[in-house]
Amino acid sequence: MDKIQSLISENGVVIFSKSSCCLCYAVTILFQELGVEPLVHEIDHDPEGWEMEKALVNRGCTSPPFPAVFIGGNLIGSTNEVMSLHLSGSLLPLLRPYQILA
Amino acid sequence: MNSSSTQYLNSKRMDVYEPMHQFSMWGDFKGNIYQDASATMIIEVDAKLDNQSEDTSHTTIGPSNQCDQEASKPGDKVLRRLAQNREAARKSRLRKKQLEVSRLKLLHLEQELEQTRAQCALMSGGVNVCHLGFPGGANSVTPAGIAAFKMEYERWVEEQNKKTNALKTALHSPLPDMELHILVDDTMNHYANLFTIKANAAKVDVCYLISGVWKTSTERLFLWIGGFRPSELLKVLVPQLDLLDQQSHDLSNLIQACQQAEDSLSQGMEKLQQTLAEAVAFAHALGGGCYEMTNAMDKLEELVRLVIQADYVRKEALQQTIRYLTTRQAAQGLISLGEYFQRLRDLSSAWAMRLCEPA
Repeated sequence: MDKIQSLISENGVVIFSKSSCCLCYAVTILFQELGVEPLVHEIDHDPEGWEMEKALVNRGCTSPPFPAVFIGGNLIGSTNEVMSLHLSGSLLPLLRPYQILA
Repeated sequence: MNSSSTQYLNSKRMDVYEPMHQFSMWGDFKGNIYQDASATMIIEVDAKLDNQSEDTSHTTIGPSNQCDQEASKPGDKVLRRLAQNREAARKSRLRKKQLEVSRLKLLHLEQELEQTRAQCALMSGGVNVCHLGFPGGANSVTPAGIAAFKMEYERWVEEQNKKTNALKTALHSPLPDMELHILVDDTMNHYANLFTIKANAAKVDVCYLISGVWKTSTERLFLWIGGFRPSELLKVLVPQLDLLDQQSHDLSNLIQACQQAEDSLSQGMEKLQQTLAEAVAFAHALGGGCYEMTNAMDKLEELVRLVIQADYVRKEALQQTIRYLTTRQAAQGLISLGEYFQRLRDLSSAWAMRLCEPA
């Protein structure tokens, strides 16, 4: 889907979320704690939200695809994947190019 | 009926005999005479329910009585009879109506009860109906799913202690590492089982699970989103291990990663509590508006996701720890963990018993 493609190619770290979702919020907080400012795109506030949701599932996100995390244009996964990567020490290297230096 | 009775009243003496003759085949065992077929019911009802007036003021309008009386008296008796019958009919209709109303009420109550039972069964995972109105307990409603969880958890704890002992025995005996590795894997699988059991319980009643009431009182002191904090656990474990520098470094990073993950989930929890409180508060302001209560229910569903996510982090933290350790270190680590939890439970018992000791 064009909109998703343009968002993930123009922004280093993108999180597709739902405004009411607490796990989406948790992932955003984690990224901020790691020195990154992700682009949070709230699907429920997007008029094309329904198409975007379907497109995310087609790209490999498990349904419901919230949060859907992209780093450097690549799909990382949802909360589970983010947590696994972080605990194994593999998340920080992926985020390094996009960290905002204090 | 009224028109026919008028007819009889106006008829002459002789005419009165005719209807009697006509209706004699409908006379009941008491020999009573009555006007038409519907009156059969009235007499039967009267006979069963309200015999007083019937018996005491009974006057057979038989030919033998008629002969002894004036022309007007049979009319009086018929009048009285008709009045009695009307009264009886009225009472009968009233009783029928009351019976019908009661039947409808009973049906309505039965339907409500059935609906409530169905809802409870749904909440308890459809296994069993909850025990409504069970006397005595603090929680008079115990979904079967939660009762099952309590049992499963107790069994899990027993198994956990057995596995810890098996690891201890194996570690201090000259067993090849391969055997020890199997026991380590087995213990790790056992932890994975715990998280599966908890996930099922979360789906049945997340509020119950997150309250930690199923744990001992001392364990509850350390409660974080329905379980232990991975970082705290590692801080207990790591000092008890004999580690190489690289391992110390890696595990230190792991502890920090756990703390960051925990922090993000804690903030997610806070946000959930905030939105839940808003939904409940707003529902009250709207007079219990349907939308807001649905919203609040959705928040509780999200809590299920959060608790399951916290358990996932616990599982990952344990697995990642084991990956940094040798088999022997892993065995030692799991033994330390198992013993730590058991000591915490023992402390809870000791504390409870302390209150019972004589001063």
